[in-house]
Amino acid sequence: MQQLKKLYKQILSDYICNQNESDLYIGQNLIKQMIQKNVSPEDVISIHKQALEEFYGELPETVIHAYDFLIEVMVHYGLKVKEHQSLLVKQEEMRIEMDIAAQIQNQLLENEVPKTKCTDIGMISVPLRKMNGDYVHFKYDSANYLGVAVTDVVGKGVPAALCMSMVKYGLDTLEYANSNPSYVLEVLNQLIEKSVDDSMFVSLFYARYNLHSNIFTWSSAGHEPSLYYNAAEHTFYDLEAKGLLLGILPEVKYSQQELELKENDFIIIMTDGVTDFRKNEGFDAREKIKELALSFQHLNAQEMCNTIYQELLKLQDFKLYDDFTVVIIKKNKLF
Amino acid sequence: MNKKTIEIITELDIITARKLGRNEAKRIGFDKVDQARITTAIGELAKNIFFYAQTGKIVIEETIREGIKGIAITSIDKGQGIGDVQKVLEGEHSPTSTGAGLPAVKRLVDSINIESEIGKGTIVKIVKWLS
Ligand SMILES: Nc1ncnc2c1ncn2[C@@H]1O[C@H](COP(=O)(O)OP(=O)(O)OP(=O)(O)O)[C@@H](O)[C@H]1O
Ligand SMILES: [Mg+2]
Repeated sequence: MQQLKKLYKQILSDYICNQNESDLYIGQNLIKQMIQKNVSPEDVISIHKQALEEFYGELPETVIHAYDFLIEVMVHYGLKVKEHQSLLVKQEEMRIEMDIAAQIQNQLLENEVPKTKCTDIGMISVPLRKMNGDYVHFKYDSANYLGVAVTDVVGKGVPAALCMSMVKYGLDTLEYANSNPSYVLEVLNQLIEKSVDDSMFVSLFYARYNLHSNIFTWSSAGHEPSLYYNAAEHTFYDLEAKGLLLGILPEVKYSQQELELKENDFIIIMTDGVTDFRKNEGFDAREKIKELALSFQHLNAQEMCNTIYQELLKLQDFKLYDDFTVVIIKKNKLF
Repeated sequence: MNKKTIEIITELDIITARKLGRNEAKRIGFDKVDQARITTAIGELAKNIFFYAQTGKIVIEETIREGIKGIAITSIDKGQGIGDVQKVLEGEHSPTSTGAGLPAVKRLVDSINIESEIGKGTIVKIVKWLS
């Protein structure tokens, strides 16, 4: 502080003599140092006043009063600066905490994409913020069934992430690879309705794939309709269902439907973050996704997911608006 | 040591408390900047009495510890009390807040001690040492 005071006086006296631009520049650099050292604005004014007194002896009484007035009113400025600094520290603490939470979430929700003989599966899930409100859960018993759940918590960030842990817990405890999709949704609905805050809703698309019969059975709780591409017909179908979001009412019944996957058919399951952008411009994201999927259907499922993500990101000027999740299941040619 | 007590009843008393505090700080040997800080802190305490407890008092006295002089200010009232002191010190204001208040007081002095009981009253003691 004494050092900075001396420097301030030196630079000020230089400037008073020469009015050099370089002194102003040095002065600003000094102030930056003073800010780092937590010197308050009222301290700076006081240093300035003392410097003048040193240079010119007694200042006129009126000028002294004017400086005292300025010191007094600047006290509150100084307080604001300190408050700002302490907020920055708090923010940094929170950032670190969030990073750890996100890491834990990643570990908690980690789920490997299963490798099956007759299907090719790809997945991409990118959170808007640090914590993901989307979640993909696979269950695969290599003998018979593949189960896949794609879920989206209404809301984003930490609350959504916490709620998602609940959903994962529910999915884990259900031995569901071979369960009926409608049953899975009914059980999860009860769990979420009971245990999660009333303002938390979850959409979920659940499908069970029979690896022998190639029957794909699916059910949906308020989820973005999945796309089913029938290669023989060269046609896309929406897998739509009227199921209510999970967590709104107890004892909801869900229906399930099925289709048979044939060679080169594929299914695109996504969350609404994938389709919900540029709606106000009349942009039809689902059409765009169909277009992209068709032109990249020669790629494997993972590459298709990555490409669709990249292309859609471009269309949003590289700025996501929501958590983004796409799962693609392709029927392999070999079987 | 001489002790000065100012009853806070009207808004004018806030100014009287500030004035006495500034004089006392000056007499003890605080520089202009610290005088301004001490006065600001007294103003915030007196304002809180006036707004939240209607009446109370501010006590200003010189204090000494290990040969170092300081100023101690105590605000005492029998008002509604503060529910969560911790939260208030972390900066939870009333909707009409001017954004200073007790967190600011804490930053302006070396120590702050708040004793408060809902329905009984509040005692805030602050000390600033001559550095
Ligand atoms: N003496 C008191 N008696 C009762 N409640 C008090 C007292 N002092 C403070 N409080 C309570 O603590 C809260 C925070 O006080 P503080 O002075 O920090 O901020 P504020 O008065 O709300 O806003 P400002 O920044 O304008 O001072 C007040 O809103 C009030 O509810
Ligand atoms: Mg206040």
